[in-house]
Amino acid sequence: MKIPAQSSPDFLVELKELKKWFPVQKGFLEVLLAGHTDHVRAVDGVSFTIRKGEAFGLAGESGSGKTTIGRLAIGLETPTAGKVFFDGIDLASLRKEELRKMRRRMQVIFQDPMASLNPRLMLGDSVMEGLRIHYPESKSQHRDMVLDIFDKVGLTPPQFFFNKFPHQISGGQRQRVVIARALITHPDLVLADEPIAMADVSVRALLLDLMVKLKNELNLTYLFITHDLATAKYICDRVGILYLGRMAEMGELKEVYNRPLHPYTRALLAAIPIPDPTQRRKEVMPEGEIPNPIHPPSGCRFHPRCPLAQEICSKVEPELRELVPGHTTACHFSENFLKARK
Amino acid sequence: MNSPEVLARIRDLTVTYQTRLGAVSAVDHISFDLFRGEILGLVGESGCGKSTMGKALMRMIPPPNQVSAGEYLFDGQNVMAFDDAQLRDFRGRRISMIFQDPLTSLNPVQRVDEHMLEAVQVHETKTKKEDALPRIRTLVERLGIQQERLGCYPHQLSGGMRQRVMVGLGLILNANLIIADEATTSLDVIVEAKLVDQLREIRELYGVAILAISHNIALIAELADRIAVMYAGHIIELGDIEKVFKKPRHPYTRGLLASVPNIKLDEREELFKMLGEPPNLSHPPSGCRFHPRCAEVMPICSQLEPAFDEVAPKQWVKCWLYQDPPSPNSAADKVRK
Repeated sequence: MKIPAQSSPDFLVELKELKKWFPVQKGFLEVLLAGHTDHVRAVDGVSFTIRKGEAFGLAGESGSGKTTIGRLAIGLETPTAGKVFFDGIDLASLRKEELRKMRRRMQVIFQDPMASLNPRLMLGDSVMEGLRIHYPESKSQHRDMVLDIFDKVGLTPPQFFFNKFPHQISGGQRQRVVIARALITHPDLVLADEPIAMADVSVRALLLDLMVKLKNELNLTYLFITHDLATAKYICDRVGILYLGRMAEMGELKEVYNRPLHPYTRALLAAIPIPDPTQRRKEVMPEGEIPNPIHPPSGCRFHPRCPLAQEICSKVEPELRELVPGHTTACHFSENFLKARK
Repeated sequence: MNSPEVLARIRDLTVTYQTRLGAVSAVDHISFDLFRGEILGLVGESGCGKSTMGKALMRMIPPPNQVSAGEYLFDGQNVMAFDDAQLRDFRGRRISMIFQDPLTSLNPVQRVDEHMLEAVQVHETKTKKEDALPRIRTLVERLGIQQERLGCYPHQLSGGMRQRVMVGLGLILNANLIIADEATTSLDVIVEAKLVDQLREIRELYGVAILAISHNIALIAELADRIAVMYAGHIIELGDIEKVFKKPRHPYTRGLLASVPNIKLDEREELFKMLGEPPNLSHPPSGCRFHPRCAEVMPICSQLEPAFDEVAPKQWVKCWLYQDPPSPNSAADKVRK
């Protein structure tokens, strides 16, 4: 496939035929005997775009490659093949210093706030770090800017939190500090990698609400990575369902949840427990677990677990095709599900 | 179901941890009955004491921390009076426990069949290997593990299969109770759903009771017959799962259930947002421990701890909304009972 060098200006992020293979570490003798290196195909040909101001959810089981795609999207990893465009600029074409400048515009929120914050830095200083690097000229205003963002993320009174250390506050407050730190540089894109997975239910709802509020207020674009489709519903406009380094299905969230066209998505959606004991799941779950990404199955990667698998599935890898406008699926038999409830 | 038989009767169970900041009661005077063959879901946020409760039921609280109980009868026997030898037999044979990460629970250099065999031989010294093996094979088959897998080491198995081996280790000795502490949490959703189905099947087949401890309320809704909600070391609501979900009585339960994300699109678009965070147990709030976050707080809530009362048939709630405030002179004895 030919990859155009230019990108459309409507998209903030554009990933084209992205691949990331990690070499498998082996002993000297093993390498000698095997004569070649094996690769973990964490991401194996994924393309999608994120529009400005959109919240794009990337969902999948562990080992599906969702975190790697996030890291590729903001230039933390270099792709084995394919291209990443950020606001129309090819990240690979940037020099180190230029990429560093670009990073102001893309910030990250990770899962574990305790691991993301320096335990020996006061919260105010942690958050100010980004300003020191990206806005050294406005040094005198840094403190006020930090207090302002603390207020925005609900850490009130801001002065109280400024001189605290991470261990002195609760988990929910820590994640707010991490959000504040991501937003202090006025980014366009926020990569949120399982940002609320560690929080308790009652805290989770508050954090989700905060993220939605900030997105609207500051006109942010989210790449929201999650294994939890139920949570994604409350924040994402569009979703992509990953399976073993490939996109299985992608589309508007409501459309995908209402009418999933890929058997994997259907199983995934059915597997999520519904908090209502009168509506227990009746569907039988597919056998087995996500296979080894070093030697992925031939043809469609889901075929060994798929209840609908036919002969063609083990031979021909299905292309991602647009069955409904804006709704793509990579399954030979997706037409079967088209008639399903709307 | 006709009237269920009590398997474990627990009264005033308390676990006190000795910390640098002083004594902390992670489980504070909890009383309930666990029925034979039921699946009881125990939910709560982190730090509420749900895992501690699981360990306390096995009396696995190492000193200097203390576990005390007014009464803890398991199958009619007084567990609190057990000596070391009796405890050893009790753990494993009568109750078995499954943890979140099976890879750290299984011995990495022992095969699946060796694990099973060891369990049998430790607890049934008279059983010969030849007699144990067919039993192991039948059980493993029922758990959906192929015979060939018996020769595998834990690292060769998938996460779901490892957890099934752990379940098998409990069942091989016909335990009456399996405590599953976040047993499905590290698994992917599809595998998790499969294990939930299997746990229910196993219960039907073996009549074993399961205490499922989880922070995932939706999962418990899928799995359990009854639900117990814990908050800051107390069970604040206990009842039939359908009844509690249909009509949660404690304000905390109401808030908790309303803040669980639901995949269904026709459900409400916004989650309920409960204010505040769970308290630090070294300085629990006075009276009802939920009162600082409660939307329906009354003057009495901060002064006296409510009793854990049966407010509707087989539904217990620890909240002043459903109890009359005590008269001034009987106040003191109502607090603890």
